[in-house]
Amino acid sequence: MADVAYESNPMTVSDSKIAAVKRSGAGDVRFHALTVAAAAIVVLLFLGMMGALTEGAWLSIRTFGASFVTSQKWNPVTEQFGALAAVYGTLVTSVLAMALAVPVGIGIAIFLTEICPRSLRRPIGIAIELLAGIPSIVYGIWGLFVFAPYFQEHIQPWLVDAVADIPVLGTIFEGPPYGIGMFTASFILSIMILPFISAVTRDVFDTVPATLKESAYALGCTTSEVVGSVVLPFSRAGVVGGAMLALGRALGETMAVTFVIGNSHKIHASLFAPGTTISATVANEFTEAVGDIYHSSLIEAGLILFFISFVVLAAAQLMLRILHKRAGGVAA
Amino acid sequence: MTIAINKRIYHGRKRANGVFLTLSTLAAGFGLIWLALILYSLFYNGFSGLSLKVFTEMTPPPGQDGGLANAIFGSVVMSLLAVFAGTPIGIMAGTYLAEYGRYSWLSDTVRFINDILLSAPSILIGLFIYVIVVATTHTFSGWAGAAALTVIVIPVVVRTTENMLLLVPNGLREAAAAMGAPRSMIIRAVTWRAARAGMVTGVLLAIARISGETAPLLLTVLSNQFWSTHLGGPIASLPVMIFNFAMSPYEDWHKLAWAGALLITLAVLTLSIIARILESSRKN
Repeated sequence: MADVAYESNPMTVSDSKIAAVKRSGAGDVRFHALTVAAAAIVVLLFLGMMGALTEGAWLSIRTFGASFVTSQKWNPVTEQFGALAAVYGTLVTSVLAMALAVPVGIGIAIFLTEICPRSLRRPIGIAIELLAGIPSIVYGIWGLFVFAPYFQEHIQPWLVDAVADIPVLGTIFEGPPYGIGMFTASFILSIMILPFISAVTRDVFDTVPATLKESAYALGCTTSEVVGSVVLPFSRAGVVGGAMLALGRALGETMAVTFVIGNSHKIHASLFAPGTTISATVANEFTEAVGDIYHSSLIEAGLILFFISFVVLAAAQLMLRILHKRAGGVAA
Repeated sequence: MTIAINKRIYHGRKRANGVFLTLSTLAAGFGLIWLALILYSLFYNGFSGLSLKVFTEMTPPPGQDGGLANAIFGSVVMSLLAVFAGTPIGIMAGTYLAEYGRYSWLSDTVRFINDILLSAPSILIGLFIYVIVVATTHTFSGWAGAAALTVIVIPVVVRTTENMLLLVPNGLREAAAAMGAPRSMIIRAVTWRAARAGMVTGVLLAIARISGETAPLLLTVLSNQFWSTHLGGPIASLPVMIFNFAMSPYEDWHKLAWAGALLITLAVLTLSIIARILESSRKN
């Protein structure tokens, strides 16, 4: 064995070298501590958010108690606040937007992974991912300036007449054609989350191992059978998780909704009537609100939104984690 | 007999497949048409409202000519501040997740919370900053807006940093460790360097994400019709200006709102495309 010089004679290691090793050891500890601190900041932000919203909402929680979520009386003049209409609007617009966007989004993902000619897959896929990044205010002003006027003039009156005599549909689609309202808001919302759902679902479909699909095709399955009995069962958790993430976005979306919902604190049976959501209420009224109790009520509405979206997003994370484990660490 | 039955089954399956494929293609067509319509309106109205004045003049009172210079300035300043504040925190936290705490319980918690913050409604971040900054300082301010944007930047950077660091092969870390490098040096000189393109991508995506954020700014900075570099008070920003102008009844304000929306979209698209190119150059 060849002798290494400093091993045979440790005394030659100079003091400055020892100091350097010690220094770098101390630097190592400091660096580690810094990263831990940064990670802790992430947790603190979340806890801080929960704490700050609760603190801001405290006055309203104490004043109105449970009636805040059961009353739809929203009167800044008499300082009576109940957020039922906003909660209702938030849930209805989001669910309706999901009902429109999920089937279409999954359709786009199936088209991209199974049907589309190979040479077009990348460009269309990239286009959809880019669209998913467009700020929601763009969807909002398109809804306000382009969609709502057209809808009001050409589609809405016709639709109201067409379904007027049908029992349930007649109630859902009745009333004067304002153009704006719950339906328009849901529609804009669904277009906004569409690229997001497609992009996530396509990624999830891509985690299905090619050999699984190939063996199904080799058994003589048609494309629809491969999708129905191989792709979807394998990626179910991921598709549901992606849809929940989209639902989380829809619930808290502000700008795509605020322009076209009409800001009315009344629950109507008709989807063509104006309504409001929690985020639209906060965006429309917060900076003009006067008085502590008004501010506090708006913050409490935000706190409710915080809890709704926390539950949905947490469920989405769990679903995606299940898929992640099954796909053996393939990024979903 | 059996052949006839088989034939019927085959035809049935073929038809079902045909219906399925047609429906998927129609869904794709339906979705893409709406998206194309939106882009068309945006580009058509945006470009007709766009001129040199948009970049050089202040936001006008209704009925007069003007531009968006003060709003563009405010947006750029607040976004830069947010990126400078949020990137180091995000990178350090992402480094912890990928390097030190890969298997610790703290990482699981941080990862979970980070993913929730990543998609948390941005208006709640606005309310959060309102309560802890605006309400305590008693003034809407550019600083508060930058703080709100920072809260949005951090989770984006954390997520991409962790993902990119996890892609660095362990062999590189082991090689550096075998040469006696302390852990912090391994991270700074080896893994960060190997993952640099990906981490830059994360920062670009974070900028793209905050450049269109309206709700948090609405609740923290308000807006300002005039040129202001005073971050301690309300300053103008592009998204809030678009919001206010679009809600107004004035035709020429609507034009400026479209032009502003086009500017934001172009900025976001450019950033995402650069990010994409960086990422693909890393893969090669």
